[in-house]
Amino acid sequence: MSSALSTSKRPIRRTSVTNRINETWKAMKANAISYLFVAPFLLVFSVFVIIPILLSVVLSFTYFNMVQPPTWVGFQNYLTLFLEDEVFLIAVKNTFFFAAITGPLSYMMCFVFAWLINELSPKLRTVLTLLFYAPSISANAFLIWTVMFSGDAYGYVNGILLYWGILDKPILWLQDPTWMMPIVIMVVLWMSLGVSFLTFIAGLQGIDVMYYEAGAIDGVGNRWQELWYITLPLMKNHLMFGAIITITNSFAAAGQLQALTGDTPTDWATWTIMQHLNDYGYVRYEMGYASAMAVLLFLTMVGVQRIVQRLLRKIG
Amino acid sequence: MKLRISNRRLARSVGGDILVFIVIFAMAAFMSLPFVYTISQALKPLNEIFLFPPQFFPRHPTLDNFSDLFLLMAQSWVPITRYLFNSLLIVLGGSAGNVIFGSLCAYALAKHDFPGKNLINSAILLSLMFAGAVLVIPHYLTMAYLSWIDSLAAIIIPAWGGTLGVFLMRNFIEHMVHDSLIEASRIDGASEFKIWWRVVMPIVKPAWLTLIILNFQTLWGDPGGQSTLFLYREELKPLPYALSQIIGGGVGRAGVSAAVTVILMVVPITIFIINQSQIVQTMGTSGITGE
Repeated sequence: MSSALSTSKRPIRRTSVTNRINETWKAMKANAISYLFVAPFLLVFSVFVIIPILLSVVLSFTYFNMVQPPTWVGFQNYLTLFLEDEVFLIAVKNTFFFAAITGPLSYMMCFVFAWLINELSPKLRTVLTLLFYAPSISANAFLIWTVMFSGDAYGYVNGILLYWGILDKPILWLQDPTWMMPIVIMVVLWMSLGVSFLTFIAGLQGIDVMYYEAGAIDGVGNRWQELWYITLPLMKNHLMFGAIITITNSFAAAGQLQALTGDTPTDWATWTIMQHLNDYGYVRYEMGYASAMAVLLFLTMVGVQRIVQRLLRKIG
Repeated sequence: MKLRISNRRLARSVGGDILVFIVIFAMAAFMSLPFVYTISQALKPLNEIFLFPPQFFPRHPTLDNFSDLFLLMAQSWVPITRYLFNSLLIVLGGSAGNVIFGSLCAYALAKHDFPGKNLINSAILLSLMFAGAVLVIPHYLTMAYLSWIDSLAAIIIPAWGGTLGVFLMRNFIEHMVHDSLIEASRIDGASEFKIWWRVVMPIVKPAWLTLIILNFQTLWGDPGGQSTLFLYREELKPLPYALSQIIGGGVGRAGVSAAVTVILMVVPITIFIINQSQIVQTMGTSGITGE
């Protein structure tokens, strides 16, 4: 059986269909143990992830208000989104702007800080990892920023700027469209050292020292060369993982934005696709319409992921 | 461990090191704001919490908020230990299942070659990018169909299918476990299951320790208000729910609510610290050299 597992490269022969089915069936039988390994996860994954996703794709072509049974409407939801829903178009613009800034920046922050921390002594590293990770571990702690940027003279930021004489009257930081987006972006970046950051740290820890030794012998002279020629190529898998997490987080951002700038932000300045989706899903109970947005958001993320994947291949 | 650090210092300049330290510590100070703020809120007496203009640090620190909280917890209709038990069951059951199912699957995906593997790989990748919010209704219908409504299974078992786990474990297994090692174990007559448990899992310890942290944090925090969605009986509710009920008592409970935030933060942080120090230790002992 051991040989079957390692040498089961299926020959790709352009023979008859039945022949190919037979070949596949043979390969499947030879690898029965692999299916046993995959089965438990796959069962739960199908029931709670795959089937619900397929269901919502179907729902996106229906009108479904969660009370009456869904009725088929074809592409109506998609047409309405692009032709009639002006707020959705604003949300699309905001989401792309938000993602284009927070995505790359938070991704780089995750890697750079993981990389810098990695060289410190173990105890110091644990403490710093905890501190950096803190904003994402303490769920509601970002609400401290609403106190900081409170619109009256008693908000910390207004208070200081007035005291220093930089401002002569307080700014409505979270209600003024010129300031809302920058502040939201800053807060989201502040709490972005999360899943990817931890994965990068674990990944860096997993790199065998001998690679660096070999590199030093081969003439790697400074930390930048070491990073580009040794560390990054060895981290490729983790970099892709981090990229996907970052893409998902930045395109599907909603909660923090809504908590900071309210349920109906001024001029919809910080309204994102995900907030629009939640609004239709949970407030107006139009599940078909919300599902259509989920499908579009999904396609967008897949597209971006493909581009990022291509870029990551060029490393090293 | 000593050897490792001295080796890592091969390509470093002193100037660069100093710059790195400055950047790291400036950042650390900025990032620690939530800790400092939450703890200082919890130590303020009630009248200072509502002080205008707001004060960052308490003037007369007190532990009254905590003693008030424990008093309220003792009066709870369902004993508070029951909520704690539910939370622990959810967190431990959910994490364990996710790590075990996830790494079993990840091992096969990383090191076996079988028909359908690519399909599973891309399904896992793609599913990460679908907005979870619209899945709530299908989830509810599934739970109702399985008659898992009002049972902890509705929260624990879906966690086992968490995609993040397989994805993460697969990356690490692919990268850190050399094929030659697996080949050698097979020649020695080890079963695939034994190879997974005895060879693969010890090497990728940093990965599953990280996964435990991530799972613990999500499940502990009651993601998407699942406890209100699927659980109706009071004695099945998790601790964060019970504590949020205590907070719900109005502005008079602001001090207590700050204490609650601290308590809810302490548990994931403890797990985090234990785990991180383990990650560091593993790397010293894995002793795997190249092919």
